[in-house]
Amino acid sequence: MDSDESGKQYWAANIRLVTVLLAIWAFVSFGMGILLRPMLMGIKVGGVDLGFWMAQNGSIYVFLILIFVYAVMMNGIDRQFNVDEE
Amino acid sequence: MDLKTMTYIIVGATFALYIGIAFWARAGSTGEFYAAGRGVNPIANGMATAADWMSAASFISMAGLIAFQGYQGAKFLMGWTGGYVLLALLLAPYLRKFGKFTVPEFIGDRFYSRTARLVGVLCLITISITYVIGQMKGVGVAFSRFLDLPYETGLYVGMAIVFLYAVLGGMKGITYTQIAQYCVLITAYTIPAVFISMNLTGNPLPQLGLIGNETSSGMPMIAKLNETIQAIGFGAYDGDPPSYLDMLLYTITLMIGTAGLPHVIIRFFTVPKVSDARWSAGWALVFIALLYTVAPAVGAMARYNVTNTIWPNGVQSEPVAIDNLPQWFQNWETTGLLKYEDKNGDGKIQFYNEKSPAMQAMAQEKGWQGNELTKFDRDIMVLANPEIADLPNWVIALVAAGGLAAALSTAAGLLLAISSSISHDLMKGILTPNISESGELLAARIAMAGAIAVAGYFGLNPPGFAAQVVALAFGLAASSIFPVLMMGIFSKRINNHGAILGMVAGIGVTLAYIFAYKGMFFIPGTAIFPASTPEHWIMGVSPEAFGCIGAVVNFIVAYVVSAATSAPPQHIQDLVESIRVPRGAAAAVDH
Repeated sequence: MDSDESGKQYWAANIRLVTVLLAIWAFVSFGMGILLRPMLMGIKVGGVDLGFWMAQNGSIYVFLILIFVYAVMMNGIDRQFNVDEE
Repeated sequence: MDLKTMTYIIVGATFALYIGIAFWARAGSTGEFYAAGRGVNPIANGMATAADWMSAASFISMAGLIAFQGYQGAKFLMGWTGGYVLLALLLAPYLRKFGKFTVPEFIGDRFYSRTARLVGVLCLITISITYVIGQMKGVGVAFSRFLDLPYETGLYVGMAIVFLYAVLGGMKGITYTQIAQYCVLITAYTIPAVFISMNLTGNPLPQLGLIGNETSSGMPMIAKLNETIQAIGFGAYDGDPPSYLDMLLYTITLMIGTAGLPHVIIRFFTVPKVSDARWSAGWALVFIALLYTVAPAVGAMARYNVTNTIWPNGVQSEPVAIDNLPQWFQNWETTGLLKYEDKNGDGKIQFYNEKSPAMQAMAQEKGWQGNELTKFDRDIMVLANPEIADLPNWVIALVAAGGLAAALSTAAGLLLAISSSISHDLMKGILTPNISESGELLAARIAMAGAIAVAGYFGLNPPGFAAQVVALAFGLAASSIFPVLMMGIFSKRINNHGAILGMVAGIGVTLAYIFAYKGMFFIPGTAIFPASTPEHWIMGVSPEAFGCIGAVVNFIVAYVVSAATSAPPQHIQDLVESIRVPRGAAAAVDH
């Protein structure tokens, strides 16, 4: 690592990314899939309500997207701060 | 060709494949035995992780659980997949950078404490043994149902196969076998699901069939299912759960428990780079999602098919006559997993919810003497699927091979976690630090053989509490291993005292809550509460859902104790700095 300052910024960028992604993770599963389901009853996905679909199928697709977004963005941050693997 | 011959051929062929791979991928060093030489491609590792993770419970039991629980069965779907997000974002890349072989090794090094490492080993062994018992049972059941062999014989065959490829090949042999096992199990799971979805909804993709319309009525699939089961007195399939709070905590516990399971975590030690560990977690979830997004459709459609088999023309008409029952009904009756009793002697099976007042009134009027489908084990839902959909024999044989692949692949991963923590953490780390590389490899193989023997013993003599200990495995992983790993990476301030007391407190409250309902160490009659049912749970929280509260206790205790005692020494803070950056991961391979 070049300097302590760059190291701190790298770690802060990482924490920001992880926080945003985990907020989405919690919102789709605990939020839309469980706690907010009664409020989302009116919205339909095919033959089921949105909360039911998020809980049984939709949140899994979002989880997948989150992990791949993390991998792409984090590898980018690694390069930006010059800490990637050679 | 008859079903039994077909099953022998398909199961035999898959076993020959696994053994062939085992000889090809023999391990020559501890690096290969513990971490497959860190040379596994991230996609291949993702596939192996998926097979490692998806156990007999995922393959055989989960869709059945969802079928009976309806909407709230989603806690298993979200819980057992959402954990991978935590694993990918919070643990896997850093533990790969750390570059060692076991989970307790990280705990011991980061918290500079043998005691911490020992607590880690105890948790790991308890979790893994608990888990492996269920797999051995699954192997025995699959053999006895599909190959007509006695349960014990099935268990011995399963033990011999695992012994061959796990002892010979270690992580290397297990990884490549798991890739083959994944292919077998996903094919076996998907084919019947596609056909059933086609039959009911006209849509070959079960994920779309679930939200599509049922063909004959034109109604949405789930609405039609609601109508069918509500007519015989059951609650709506998509109805509210008894407690949203319990469902929430249950889901969180399964998620952080999943991220804290040692046999899953060590899979990420096998890839070459930190960036590969990130990709690999994504690929693992892709392969897991292929089964997990199909499972809710399998559950809902199986529930509809079964109800319809008994009431082909609805409850206002007559139920099926015993003489006209389909063949699969008879097949499964002989296994004892399905039972009926013609209580009113009319030669027909009245199947309804006895607890529903409306149904009691209808029963009185029509001269029914009670529900006559007296037992319907949820495990039948997946295993009988190809028979219910009237698919050819080779598909039924494939489902048998798939169930065995799911059980064997998970058992092997667990056995590796157990043996590496005995040979690497207990012997090399604590008891005999001067052991040579070949000595340690031999010790790992002996520990593996010993673990297989212990698992086999419990498979033959299943402890009465076998079903309940699953709550223990996830509760322990959630309340001990996940928090301590996360704090070890994301905080430089948590010290040895904080980590140890945090783990002990987290495990303590979780065990206390589980034991209060299930008996002290599961001994019958020692429970504090009269029964583990919703009306006795504190705020409606079940013992299975309590692990996440244990995790919160762990975090708080660790933080408070660390704040009150001295900071970790400089070299530990430097260690944390170094695992936070990917550069130099390759150098950590040969430590």
